[in-house]
Amino acid sequence: MNFFHILSEIEKTDPEVFERFDSRREVFKHLTGFGKKLTAATLPMAMGAIFNKAYGQTSSAPSVFDVLNFALKLEYLEATFYNLGLAGDGTVGTGAASTTVSASQTVLRNQFSETNRNALLKIRTDENNHVNFLRAAITQAGGTPIAAPAVSQFDFTGGKGNNAGPFAGVFSSAAVFLAVAQSLEDTGVRAYKGGAPYLASNKDVLTAALNIHSVEARHASRLRTMRRGGPLNNEASKTAAGSNPSTSPKSWISGQDGGGAAPTYTAPIYGAGQAPSYTPAGITFPAEDNVTQGGVNLQTTLASLNFPAAAFSEAFDEPLPVPTVITIAQTFTITGSTFF
Amino acid sequence: MSESVPTTSFLERTIQRRSFFRVAGATAAASTLVLAGCVGSDDDNDETGPSVSTLRFTKDDLGVLNYAYLLEHLEAAFYQKVVDAFPSDFTADDRAAFVDLRDHEVIHREFLRYALGTNAFDNVVPIAFDFTSFNLTTRAGVYAAAQLLEDVGVGAYNGAGKLLTAPAYLKLVGKIASVESRHAAFVRDQAQPGSFAAADVVENTGTLAGLDTVKTPTQVAELIAKYVQATLIVTDLPTL
Repeated sequence: MNFFHILSEIEKTDPEVFERFDSRREVFKHLTGFGKKLTAATLPMAMGAIFNKAYGQTSSAPSVFDVLNFALKLEYLEATFYNLGLAGDGTVGTGAASTTVSASQTVLRNQFSETNRNALLKIRTDENNHVNFLRAAITQAGGTPIAAPAVSQFDFTGGKGNNAGPFAGVFSSAAVFLAVAQSLEDTGVRAYKGGAPYLASNKDVLTAALNIHSVEARHASRLRTMRRGGPLNNEASKTAAGSNPSTSPKSWISGQDGGGAAPTYTAPIYGAGQAPSYTPAGITFPAEDNVTQGGVNLQTTLASLNFPAAAFSEAFDEPLPVPTVITIAQTFTITGSTFF
Repeated sequence: MSESVPTTSFLERTIQRRSFFRVAGATAAASTLVLAGCVGSDDDNDETGPSVSTLRFTKDDLGVLNYAYLLEHLEAAFYQKVVDAFPSDFTADDRAAFVDLRDHEVIHREFLRYALGTNAFDNVVPIAFDFTSFNLTTRAGVYAAAQLLEDVGVGAYNGAGKLLTAPAYLKLVGKIASVESRHAAFVRDQAQPGSFAAADVVENTGTLAGLDTVKTPTQVAELIAKYVQATLIVTDLPTL
């Protein structure tokens, strides 16, 4: 493969390509940052990562460690939520799989059918496992995982610390609990999707992140199923979505889902993201109702299929950039918290 | 019994491909200089039975995209077949869900067909599928089949991400992958309520606890071999 021939070909469409490689050593430093040597054998595979860096390095594109630690923060958020609602005192991390169930947790649990309760417990287990996996992965690669925040950093009512926010009853009402859960999982799917391109320089880490990403999507699908079928319905998946996607969503995101479970507060989860300055050229963060992929409006281009407009948005999930995810996540932290 | 899929895309008549590569970025442009995505050939043995072709996926992004394209072809053909003849015990809600699933997979297929353009494998060899090993006359049989195909799809996409070099392709594949995961969870819950993330797809123990399934192209080729009326050669695909 003639690397410089390729560059000259790219120059025909991007005259600035060589300028982008001015700080090439910086690019190679990033590539080796996760303990993976850049050898002749891996050069072809690394090329994509080089281009990624070249087109994304202008300010401070997140490193692999940055992405992993940000993912870890989101997993702390999710795991704390399920732990507070279902078992234990909310503490996350090694040994978090407490089976101590308080009286109030029992009240919440009893509002779900056995199948649905077990589904929530499975999700809780997965999220705590994600925390443990990311902590181990960061440590193993020579990084320092961010410590678990105090449970008091969070207010899942959205009250910023007064525990009386718009999601009041989050740990006593099945409906509110599921609404927040769906919001967190759908956010997680978009966040991992936004982070994945910055992990391309380390294939093992990228694959692991994609695998957590797909688990989050499974969770989101299941929670949406439970929301439309009802918490006491053991066969919730047999219930079709209603006309209001906020209260009776499909298992996949349709349009902007009417702004999500509580549109006043959750609409940003399904909206567009603001691309940070380091975002590579051509990467955008449209809202979930986007029907343009790869520069092509699929709804108009594939109009002859006679599919409903919603299908074109449902077929693709969209990424979110870090700043937008931070704003969403801060819905559930207390005033003054610097965790996100 | 097989389902032939038309090989000419109406897309190619109506849109200009250059806008895609402008978005796809530098690496995609570089790829198109030197690469062909997939090599197909007819085995002109003229023996009994349907004609069998060989699909050899190449060692580049276009090979990986053709691999994804084949999976979307397979899923779209499956859902179309179900939608064309719903099992008698399908409810109205089942039917609505399957129309959604069919729509999504056809859109994925047509999008990838467009992205690949002249590199799409079925420009050379028409592809056909064989679902006779599924029982598609009962609700249970249909959901079991859908679960199998969706789980394969999730594992395949999870394994394919690292094989791509162009960030723009990785991003696009990621947009599809999570929708496949939502599908998988849904159809699993239909087949067995609560099985959306059961231990056979999401690890419960060990160092990979909490992670989904990864399938290599070789594993995927073995799993789908009986449904695809072509010999799949995936050993040339990038490996890591």
